[in-house]
Amino acid sequence: MNAEKHPPVSLGTYLMVWLALLALTALTIAVASMHFGAWSVLAAIVIATIKGTLVLLYFMHLRYEDRMFRIMLLLTLFTLAVIMLLTFVDVLLR
Amino acid sequence: MTTTEPSYLENQSHRKGLASWIFSTDHKRIGVLYLISILIFFSVGVLIGVVMRLKMLWPGTHLYSAAAYNAFFTVHGVIQIFLFIIPGIPAAFGNFILPLQIGAKDVAFPRLNLLSWWVYVIGALLALTALFSGNGPPDTGWSFYVPYSLRTNTNVTLAVFAAFILGFSSILTGLNFITTIHRMRCPGMSWFRMPLFTWSLYATAWIQILATPILAVTLIMVMAERILNLGLFDPGRGGDPLLYQHLFWIYSHPAVYIMILPAMGVVSDVIPAFCRKNIYGYKAIAFSSLAIAFVGYLVWAHHMFTSGMSNTARMVFSLLTFLVAIPSGVKVFNWIATMYKASIKIEPPMLFAMTFLFLFAIGGLTGLLNGALATDINVHETYYVVGHFHYTMFGGTGMGFFAALLYWFPKMTGKMYNKRTIVVAWAHIFVGFNLLYFTMMIMGWLGMPRRYYSYPPQYHTYHVVATVGSWILATGVFMFLGAFLVALKKGTKVAANPWDATTLEWKTASPPPTENFQTIPTVTGGPYEFKDGHPA
Amino acid sequence: MSTPTHEYHPDSTGSKIGMWLFLFTELLLFGGMFLLYAVYRVKNPADFHYASLNLDTKTGAINTAILLTSSLTMVLSIGMLERRHRKASLWFLIITIGFGVWFLVNKYLEWSHKIHHGIYPGSEELTGRTAGENLFYSLYFLMTGLHGIHVVAGMVVLGVMVWMIGKPHHRVLPVTTLPVDAQAHAVSVTVEYSEDAKLDQQKLIRLENAGLYWHLVDVIWIFLFPLFYLIS
Repeated sequence: MNAEKHPPVSLGTYLMVWLALLALTALTIAVASMHFGAWSVLAAIVIATIKGTLVLLYFMHLRYEDRMFRIMLLLTLFTLAVIMLLTFVDVLLR
Repeated sequence: MTTTEPSYLENQSHRKGLASWIFSTDHKRIGVLYLISILIFFSVGVLIGVVMRLKMLWPGTHLYSAAAYNAFFTVHGVIQIFLFIIPGIPAAFGNFILPLQIGAKDVAFPRLNLLSWWVYVIGALLALTALFSGNGPPDTGWSFYVPYSLRTNTNVTLAVFAAFILGFSSILTGLNFITTIHRMRCPGMSWFRMPLFTWSLYATAWIQILATPILAVTLIMVMAERILNLGLFDPGRGGDPLLYQHLFWIYSHPAVYIMILPAMGVVSDVIPAFCRKNIYGYKAIAFSSLAIAFVGYLVWAHHMFTSGMSNTARMVFSLLTFLVAIPSGVKVFNWIATMYKASIKIEPPMLFAMTFLFLFAIGGLTGLLNGALATDINVHETYYVVGHFHYTMFGGTGMGFFAALLYWFPKMTGKMYNKRTIVVAWAHIFVGFNLLYFTMMIMGWLGMPRRYYSYPPQYHTYHVVATVGSWILATGVFMFLGAFLVALKKGTKVAANPWDATTLEWKTASPPPTENFQTIPTVTGGPYEFKDGHPA
Repeated sequence: MSTPTHEYHPDSTGSKIGMWLFLFTELLLFGGMFLLYAVYRVKNPADFHYASLNLDTKTGAINTAILLTSSLTMVLSIGMLERRHRKASLWFLIITIGFGVWFLVNKYLEWSHKIHHGIYPGSEELTGRTAGENLFYSLYFLMTGLHGIHVVAGMVVLGVMVWMIGKPHHRVLPVTTLPVDAQAHAVSVTVEYSEDAKLDQQKLIRLENAGLYWHLVDVIWIFLFPLFYLIS
């Protein structure tokens, strides 16, 4: 069973991840106030993605789980991406 | 084979009578509960269909009002789609058979499984309440298209909420099946020794997980619009009604694969059992299930060719739609290759599996005209679509469901039905079906729009033929269902494996004991291995 | 139940698969709304920009920090239970719920401020403004509202966990392994019986799954925050 396969994650790791998340939040607010035009949207999304990934990998233990969990998650995100892409084929070109 | 352990039909809980069923966490009892509820709703749906056809015997106003007709086609669609076809094979037969086929004692989450049935029943009751309360039954059609679904005063909010609840039931079943297949296969049951029915349930479960939430959020938005007036789909306030159609079909197109894949799985199990030989192209069929599940996500907007979406999108979706034909074709050719030069025993399950092949082939080929842009514009929103749809869904999934019932009824009850009655019923179903739906396709091709209460006189003959077909079909269906009621009372007892089939569910008693197998089985070979015409 | 003889196998991977599959459905549920957001944003960039200026970045940022910190206390609660510090685990769990309350209070204040200024779906004030602003606020109320419901659901789940971890193991153990009296109860917490270990294992699995849900609600907020409060 996987719960026993890995030793408990050290509490220090959790603290570091938390600090990183707060730092990234500060960063995204700073970037937003600098008015990069279209780039700031991209920056906001990229930073949010990094933050989400950190939560998924460390707080939600995906890093320590069986590879299958990551594959399943990627499958889900891929499905969502395909849906968005195909919808935009209509919306953008109408 | 097993005489020491009592079957699941004998009550072993502290509860009595009905309570020992509706609170049971045994996957077999839950499967039976689902089967009974689904068959009840199916019968209601059929009767409503007959009532609809009755009106179409003559043009003009008679029998009941146009508003009632709108309500009838909506309710017929909602019941048959959400209460019969979507849960049909996975929830009833999947629940019963899946753990048996992989040598498990139960599904991974038995209590969640019971919950899913309760959620189904609650959703169904809400749907029925929607018919008899508020300002009358919903009249939008089963697709709840905006803006009409936001403007009509009929009971749409409750009906939509019911569909939302039913989605949960579907998700819970899917979640349970995926986990069960991943975690509970018995020793030796590797992925490529699983019966193809189990494979099809696996692919279906993924669609249930990844598509149903989109329906849920779409329905939430319809409810929110009706209650809070958000204006998300209101062009007057910047909204885009086409986005509703996108969201709706992002779920509802994959949903037709939720409907058809399990039926294909049934056929993949039935054909080798009655051809007395191994299935041709096992892996191809298994992978084509996954391929259909995936490609099913890429084609939803072919329901929207005339909606005014972008030309590029129409071409892209038309092109992608043709891709579905590849994995579907792989399956059909493999089934036919299995039957080639086999000593086929035409028992009732095989009869219906072959009917599936025949009707589904017609449904699939007529679908090409809908997938191709130019022809679709001609037949869109006509009876042609209605006919095509019923060929795939009733002729496909419906016949698969019937085949499953015929194939596994002895497993579930330990009794055999009267085969002669079934053959007579089959003849009615086959004749009535083609009279009804093929005529619909011709009418549609000639321009008869769907969902119209009346029609010009030149369609009269066709409508009469179709209506007569509906009578024959309904007679056949009820004769068919009646045969099982009779069999419950008077059916002859059968041995554990009456079909001499190879898959694991036949290696335990019929009906199976509560824990399915006396000892946990160990699998040493593929699912369809015959030797000298008998299970190897 | 009709299957009294079923053996009990705690399958932590199995429960986790089930939980993750459920989380995927949540992702796609919000995914559908993000799709709508994306389309309307692309169509009305200027209006969205203008509307988002009227949302208070500070409130949003504070709420982000609250949820991120609650995620930390959540994993600490799990970490403590893994290390068999039941009390500490319980306290971290209660703190997590406290953060949830704080988040919702902020949300409530923010919403009532907007509603007070006549900005709510279908309001006269809003229908008088541009189409893009209408859509922005409709999506804002819909998405943060649905997210709020998820926060509430998460708090209910965590509340159940508090109850589960808080109560000592007073499942009646087989008489042969343990006499059930007060004295035995006192030791059963400290002394490891195989039955207890199994229960601990089961509690840990449940707490981990509850944590997964809580984190997912956090992940969704991580995306909601920049999309509504920061785009410029």
